Amino acid sequence: MSAAISIKLQLTRPGFTLAAEMDIADSGITAVFGPSGAGKTTLLRAIAGLEHGTGSISVGGELWQDEHVFLPAYRRSAGYVMQESSLFDHLNVRENLEYGYKRAKAPHRLIEFSAVVELLALQNLLDRRPARLSGGEQKRTAIGRALLRNPSLLLLDEPLASLDTRHKRELMPFLERLKNELNVPILYVSHLPDEVARLADNLVLMDRGNVLATGPINEVLTRFDLPVAHDVDAAAVVNTSPGEYDAQNDLTPLQIQAGTLWVTGRLAGESSARVRILARDVSLTLEKQSGTSILNIVPVTVIETSAEGTAGMLVKLDMGGTTILARVTRKSASALEIRPGKSLYAQIKAVALLGP
Amino acid sequence: MLTGDDFTALWLTLRLALITTLILLLIGTPLAWWLARTRSPARAVVDAIVTLPLILPPTVLGFYLLIALGPRGPVGKLMLAIGGQPLAFTFAGLVIGSIIYSLPFVVRPLQDAFSNIGRRPMEVAATLGASPADRFLTVALPLARPGYITATVLGFAHTLGEFGVVLMIGGNIPGATQVLSISIYDHVETLQYGRAHLLSGILLGISFLLLLSVYALNRHLRVVKA
Repeated sequence: MSAAISIKLQLTRPGFTLAAEMDIADSGITAVFGPSGAGKTTLLRAIAGLEHGTGSISVGGELWQDEHVFLPAYRRSAGYVMQESSLFDHLNVRENLEYGYKRAKAPHRLIEFSAVVELLALQNLLDRRPARLSGGEQKRTAIGRALLRNPSLLLLDEPLASLDTRHKRELMPFLERLKNELNVPILYVSHLPDEVARLADNLVLMDRGNVLATGPINEVLTRFDLPVAHDVDAAAVVNTSPGEYDAQNDLTPLQIQAGTLWVTGRLAGESSARVRILARDVSLTLEKQSGTSILNIVPVTVIETSAEGTAGMLVKLDMGGTTILARVTRKSASALEIRPGKSLYAQIKAVALLGP
Repeated sequence: MLTGDDFTALWLTLRLALITTLILLLIGTPLAWWLARTRSPARAVVDAIVTLPLILPPTVLGFYLLIALGPRGPVGKLMLAIGGQPLAFTFAGLVIGSIIYSLPFVVRPLQDAFSNIGRRPMEVAATLGASPADRFLTVALPLARPGYITATVLGFAHTLGEFGVVLMIGGNIPGATQVLSISIYDHVETLQYGRAHLLSGILLGISFLLLLSVYALNRHLRVVKA
């Protein structure tokens, strides 16, 4: 990760202390993940300049804060989308969008009004009042408004949290377009593993005001020294390239370095697809099995192991350059002589598609 | 029928209410903003002072003002020192009295309106690049519009009906300090019930129409917003 955005913050509130130190990549989505009360929102507010913490923040070569400097919120080019959309009730959608755009310094206006309207499909909403928008439409407007401020860092606080399932599904593609089509680094707060696995390139793990780890998402998810890898839902996130749809069996092959993973259904022409592989869905064999109903069998090499509970064993595997996890019993581990460097085959019972 | 004196009193009353309301909106805005946002312990004291004219008998308020504004009072002495006249028994004195008398009727609705906005829209405006003055003008003021309508009408209507304070500090000088409510009192004293009826009817009508307009306008704003 390049250190275009560097944050070192301390902040004390009654019963809560935030001590966060992190470098954030200058592109893509960095997810801030942790349980509620971890200080995720406080972190975003402090970055935006709405909370007065001590420490230093520099973004894209601009110093926002250090021992001597504290830029007020309105002088930081952060686009902040709060958990509640907070559109201005007295303005229609167009005027809401223009609010930040008008106040962005002209040379920084890299993102154009029409581009944002199109990206977020706001064309038909421009003359409406916020009170007449659905939750998802309000969210899109709020995101558009923040983008038109032309921020050097976009802060999204649980953008999907207040939405029902249907509106979540409706908004998700827009978030992916943000990531793929705009050159703005995004700090994305969430407490939902699904969202994070689908969207994030990098991960900041937080708990009780502290940063536990930062790094590329799959690296963090598979680290043995962190609680996420030991969760019942421990999983790896793998990027793949979809191949040609097999209509007869309704399957799509996903190419990875080590071979092919098959998922059910058809992917409509995406150039990449991200899948999640749960540790408990991976079993290990010495030989490549024939006569099995399991479709996805790929060669792997053991990187390291960690005993879990009284009978379990968590195994970290190299799958052609990508790390995945497998959860086996200690008895099978000794029967298969699992140790670092050992070559095995991973049988993957289920591959969950996370979208492009 | 209305006589010249009655017209003079009516015109004076409307002028007094208008000037008082305008000044109150100007000084009430920062005061209400401060009261709505501050966490200072001084807030309780200021809150109590602002509300005081609501419960104090107008004669008590008028009495203290008479002392203060008269030639021996602090304000009167100051006026004399800078070469002016004491303010008791003048139109300017009435304006000062009315401002204090109607203060809560303007400050309270504004304070409620600002409180209802909450901090969030202002924070959002800040993250969108609006300076404090900018976001006050473009976010707080427009969102507080119903409060401004209520404050304007209540301040105006309440000043129209002023009696006790005016009687104490203004006396009854036609063209200078004789307002409608005092004319009505005079007419009743001199048993001119017809003229008293007419003026009372006018005051009642104006007050009712003003209040009606507040409720209708604020209802309309709510409908438009939704």
